[in-house]
Amino acid sequence: MSKILKFEIDGVEIEARRGQSIMQAADDAGVYIPRLCDVEGLEPQGSCRVCVVKQNGRVVSACTQPAIEGSQVENETEEILGYRRDLVRMLYHEGNHLCPICEASGRCELQAMGYRLGITQATKYPYLQPVRPVDASHPDIVLDTNRCILCGRCIRASRDVDGKHVFEYVGRGINKRVGVNGNRLADTDVELKDRAIDLATCPVGCIIQKGQGFFAPIGERQFDKRPITLGVGPGKEKKT
Amino acid sequence: MAKTRVIEIDPLTRVEGHGKVTVHLDDNNNVDEARLHIVEFRGFERFILGRLYWEVPVIVQRLCGICPVSHHLAASKAMDNIVGVDRLTPTAEKMRRLMHYGQIMQSNVLHFFHLSSPDLLFGFDSNVDKRNIFGIIQAYPDLAVKGIKMRKFGQEVIRATAGKKIHGTSAIPGGVNKNLSLAERDHLLQEIEQMIEWAQEAVSIAEGYCVDHLPLLQQFATFNSSHISLVREDGAMDLYHGVLRAIDASGNVIFDQVDYRNFNDYLMEEVRSWSYMKFPFIKRRGNLDGWYRVGPLSRMNTAGFIDTPLADEAHQAFRAFSGGRPNQMSLAYHWARMIEVLHCVEKIRHLLHDPDLQGSELLLRGQRREEGIGVIEAPRGTLFHHYRVDENDQVTFCNLIVSTTNNNEAMNRAVTQVAKAHLSGQKTITEGMLNQIEVAVRAYDPCLSCATHALGQMPLDVALYDAAGQLLDRRLKDGR
Repeated sequence: MSKILKFEIDGVEIEARRGQSIMQAADDAGVYIPRLCDVEGLEPQGSCRVCVVKQNGRVVSACTQPAIEGSQVENETEEILGYRRDLVRMLYHEGNHLCPICEASGRCELQAMGYRLGITQATKYPYLQPVRPVDASHPDIVLDTNRCILCGRCIRASRDVDGKHVFEYVGRGINKRVGVNGNRLADTDVELKDRAIDLATCPVGCIIQKGQGFFAPIGERQFDKRPITLGVGPGKEKKT
Repeated sequence: MAKTRVIEIDPLTRVEGHGKVTVHLDDNNNVDEARLHIVEFRGFERFILGRLYWEVPVIVQRLCGICPVSHHLAASKAMDNIVGVDRLTPTAEKMRRLMHYGQIMQSNVLHFFHLSSPDLLFGFDSNVDKRNIFGIIQAYPDLAVKGIKMRKFGQEVIRATAGKKIHGTSAIPGGVNKNLSLAERDHLLQEIEQMIEWAQEAVSIAEGYCVDHLPLLQQFATFNSSHISLVREDGAMDLYHGVLRAIDASGNVIFDQVDYRNFNDYLMEEVRSWSYMKFPFIKRRGNLDGWYRVGPLSRMNTAGFIDTPLADEAHQAFRAFSGGRPNQMSLAYHWARMIEVLHCVEKIRHLLHDPDLQGSELLLRGQRREEGIGVIEAPRGTLFHHYRVDENDQVTFCNLIVSTTNNNEAMNRAVTQVAKAHLSGQKTITEGMLNQIEVAVRAYDPCLSCATHALGQMPLDVALYDAAGQLLDRRLKDGR
């Protein structure tokens, strides 16, 4: 059996190595599929669903679904874009994403995704406005889970790259959030050099490196000059 | 039982924020008392608690869309204290100063041309349909265009230094995050000479108005008061940094050369039940006699001189107008405001030729401290920011004494005086009469959003009550 298979994304034929996900194949072919929980160097987990596509008419997450020989994948259709808009809107409404005063503004993938998808105003969903204490106990790092989108990138980075298990999901359903392995961040063995703390790991302003806020001038931040797309985004230039 | 009437002006118009005026009349329709009420509340001092200190300059500037730079810089100065930096690099200080001069210029121009010129050029009780910026555009198109372009220039200075025209992010604890590129410098230099010329014209217009209307100025909201501002140590006007100086109504020094970080030793605030805006006063004079004024008029009165030649010449003329004594005329705020515009444009021109602005040393760090106080001369007057930060870098205390708050008592006195002069004995209240009160408030260019740390546009409400508190008459101007 050939190691190379062919399938189509939005009518354009691309090749994939057998075993590659739709997203990996699309990336190699230069086709961008939006994503938030997936980042270069970490195992995909398919939780944010922003990379949702239709494969032969079935809705799947592109980061975890293998490419299939001869399949038809819908990526940039109005239906798919509608799903993505709703998913991203709900992320905005779940947390306290106050872009004007957030130091991640300009490099935030959620914000950039909002712009890409044309989300420019409040939507039909209620704001949940969580009130979670900010954990600033660590000398170098702050955890503000009011801004968390539960992408799990810090969890995977700490577990799979740093080998520390500093972060983990706690709670269930609507109460699910990211917790730390201890009463507070200062009680863990997390360090500034950890992949989990790299600014490319947290896609929003949930994990902050102390004293670095607003160092990048407006106009020179990650997404000021180019919208989020293939090769433009945290992690793309930081292969591990 | 004797009856009094209360007139409400609600909303106040052509000022920033929400406020109303109540005027109490007795049986004979004489004004018993008048008050400026600030009816909005925002609570920045509370919800900033727990946030991280480096976020503060970006968060608190959201108090206002007109003078965010002032809050951005006052908070940054306080946070300089927190990170242990007492003196910035030359590039950082000059970038902040350039930003601040752009801010004062655009805000003062906005107030004079967009908000107050209709009163001054058409008359306080002229046709209300034309007494607005659109009437000015129609009747004085050249003047209107100059006002709009001058404000635009000030905004461009802010954009080049802060990153955005409104709510930029460049001042950070210990310095700035950008310098001025040569392209940005050259862009601003293209218009600077035109701005100098127009600023001189604006001074002439404001001065001419005051000279031509001297009898009006002498009786309209004119009263003795103390004045406070920052000045440079040598007594020059300094809008960004300096020491606190207070003078009394005769010009005698109450205090001088005061390190603003010790302002709590000299000033206190009083809370009154009917307003969300506090009443600051000079401690040693007590809450009854210790009230004072701030802002352009006060800065002209406290400063010994101005360190730019054209503005200094205008300052001398201003001082001569009141015989060298402190000028106590509320309407002279307009003249003072335009002198400051000229000073700012001169400063901007000087800075644009300074190579330090292209320097690369932007940031310093020192020994971490727990308390930070930043004071700056904002367009409307002296602005105090006071914070405490814990060992985790989270804010535990915040107190803001905003420029307009300092003028609270003065605005109330202005309202009372004008109400007594123009409403006493009147059975019918006309829009023109009410506008006299608004003109008095407007002279202070109050930003009630800032003063209460509150949100919204500025409306005016005048209501007339009887002695039993029954509403008899009411005039509303809805700014929404």
